[in-house]
Amino acid sequence: MSAAPQTSASGTGQFAQSAAVAKRPLVIALGLIALLLFTGEQLSPGFASLDQILRLLIVAALLGIVAAGQNLVILGGREGIDLSVGGIVSLSAIIAGNVMAGENGGIVPAILACLLAGSFFGLLNGIGVTLLRIPPLVMTLGMLGVLQGLLVVIRQGIPSGRAAPALSEFVSQPVFLGLPGIIWLWLGIGLLMAFLLRRTVFGYRIYAIGSNEHAAYMAGVPVRLIRIALFVLSSMFAAVAGICLLGYSGSSFANVGEQYMLPSIIAVVFGGTPLSGGKGGYTGTMAGAVLLVVLQSILTTINIDESGRQIVFGATLLLLMLFYGRGARMRG
Amino acid sequence: MTQASFFPGGSQAARGLLARFPFMPALLILIALIVLNGVFEPNSLSYRAIRGLVSTYLALMLLAVAQTYVVYAADIDLSIGAILSLVNVSVIVLLDIFGGSPAMVLLACVAGVGIGALCGLVNGLVVAGLRLQAIVATFATSILFTGLALYVLPVAGTPAPAAFWRTYGGSFFGVPFVFAAAVVTAIVLYLLARARLITQLLAVGDDAQAAFQSGLPVTAIRIKGYVLCGVFAALAALCVTGDTASGDPLVGGKMVLNSVAAVVLGGTALSGGFGSVVGSVIGALIIGLISSLVFFVGTPSEWQNLVQGLAILIALMVGVLVGRKDKS
Repeated sequence: MSAAPQTSASGTGQFAQSAAVAKRPLVIALGLIALLLFTGEQLSPGFASLDQILRLLIVAALLGIVAAGQNLVILGGREGIDLSVGGIVSLSAIIAGNVMAGENGGIVPAILACLLAGSFFGLLNGIGVTLLRIPPLVMTLGMLGVLQGLLVVIRQGIPSGRAAPALSEFVSQPVFLGLPGIIWLWLGIGLLMAFLLRRTVFGYRIYAIGSNEHAAYMAGVPVRLIRIALFVLSSMFAAVAGICLLGYSGSSFANVGEQYMLPSIIAVVFGGTPLSGGKGGYTGTMAGAVLLVVLQSILTTINIDESGRQIVFGATLLLLMLFYGRGARMRG
Repeated sequence: MTQASFFPGGSQAARGLLARFPFMPALLILIALIVLNGVFEPNSLSYRAIRGLVSTYLALMLLAVAQTYVVYAADIDLSIGAILSLVNVSVIVLLDIFGGSPAMVLLACVAGVGIGALCGLVNGLVVAGLRLQAIVATFATSILFTGLALYVLPVAGTPAPAAFWRTYGGSFFGVPFVFAAAVVTAIVLYLLARARLITQLLAVGDDAQAAFQSGLPVTAIRIKGYVLCGVFAALAALCVTGDTASGDPLVGGKMVLNSVAAVVLGGTALSGGFGSVVGSVIGALIIGLISSLVFFVGTPSEWQNLVQGLAILIALMVGVLVGRKDKS
């Protein structure tokens, strides 16, 4: 069933305006995923089994949802980046766990509370970046510090929450056509993002401000408003991922979200969206997220020390980056 | 997108001062923090307390300096924490194997600096040589270096020989080692600031294309910047080793973001071409003083991180707003 994200990926690629740009990284990512799955199957039979691939896709979906927001912020250009997503994921997992407290009836209020909290911090990020013109890296880095502090406060006051049974089922059990709910959710987000980026005015404006902010401003695009919206969306996607992560792990524990901060950026880069923004799309990012998760999973299959695993992981990431947009050579 | 300053009435003199001393706003924040610390805890201005502050934060100061040199050239190094960890465990393990005689301690320190330089070289080759994006590429190398650190010392705990931490915590002719180290570092930084490489890094950061067209070997300069960064990260590692007196393969991880924050607090532009190492040192001290002030005003322990985070965020904002160059 690894075909699931792949079909959706090539599907959106066909009606993409900038297909020429988006296609190449997508093909690379899909090719590498196939190669890794094949290698994994050779190393440990059963690695590419249906069950195992479904498990990988669930993990990839968690990363991919965070990367959706990251992707939007990066597409918007002007060194757009959101380092606070990890903090939002953790915060959202804790809020959701405490609001639902193991009861199915608490799911809807929990989702609302998480989205509200997420959009609040996203709004602050957006205001800092646009109205105060703080560089995104600095603003979201500072916000990450605030969120980490807030998590300490929250964890002192209340017990770590529990996921509602229905949420856990949604994340890990098949709900439709044998696929878990979270994969359907991820596919839905993929379609939504493709529609948003390729079929709406908002989407075109994101590319416009990402490739030439000044020209977009002169053409009447509300640059600041859009950039604020991007940061709000980024935090909201992170909040959704936090809820799903709670369902995946059962209870919310310390700093679960930290592990998503930089990998979400890598997934975007592996998906063919350069950090300079203005080109690329989410379909590639989905493949990038799967690629990253399959790679990590292969390394856990191989019987080596944690140190060796990290060394191979780091070196492979560098190697993979060579396939993607390298900077232009200096010319006189 | 108007580029008008946040303070439209800012006088010419103030602007000139800011251009010459980009760390001015940071210095004012630092002075305010010192005063506040003194008000809430008079003992915090005692010789003992200042010595403690310096021996704890000398590592972050050096790490912030390390980060500054790559930021000068509009690059960034997210792997300096991992470099710090790798040097820390390498020095500890070398001393564990070969014994902790004073001569051996010195040799291990030299080896540590060499490892730092080597890590910097790898970063430089990857970012400038292979032209990968600095943020993601140095994140990848940070995983690589962390793996190496875990290989050298899988779990934290091996102690440093007494000769090491006694030197770091001790005094010579009445002058604490950390003060002497700080003064020597200051002199080195002063001399470095005049070195050709620093000017070249700033030129590359300001406009790489222009630097290239005027004949500067841009790639080589950026690689040298990363090597310099690795060397200072290694020096920071030696301070951490002296301060904690043990090896920890993950010790540097949480210091990376603080090093970036310190650089920004110090008025150095992440976009490159503008800044000062003095500012970064002040930025590191600001982070240190904020956490001690949060403690001195009696913040309940569970709120300390939040208040500290908010204070750093506000300081970052103030620094960026006041220090903004008028580009119009």
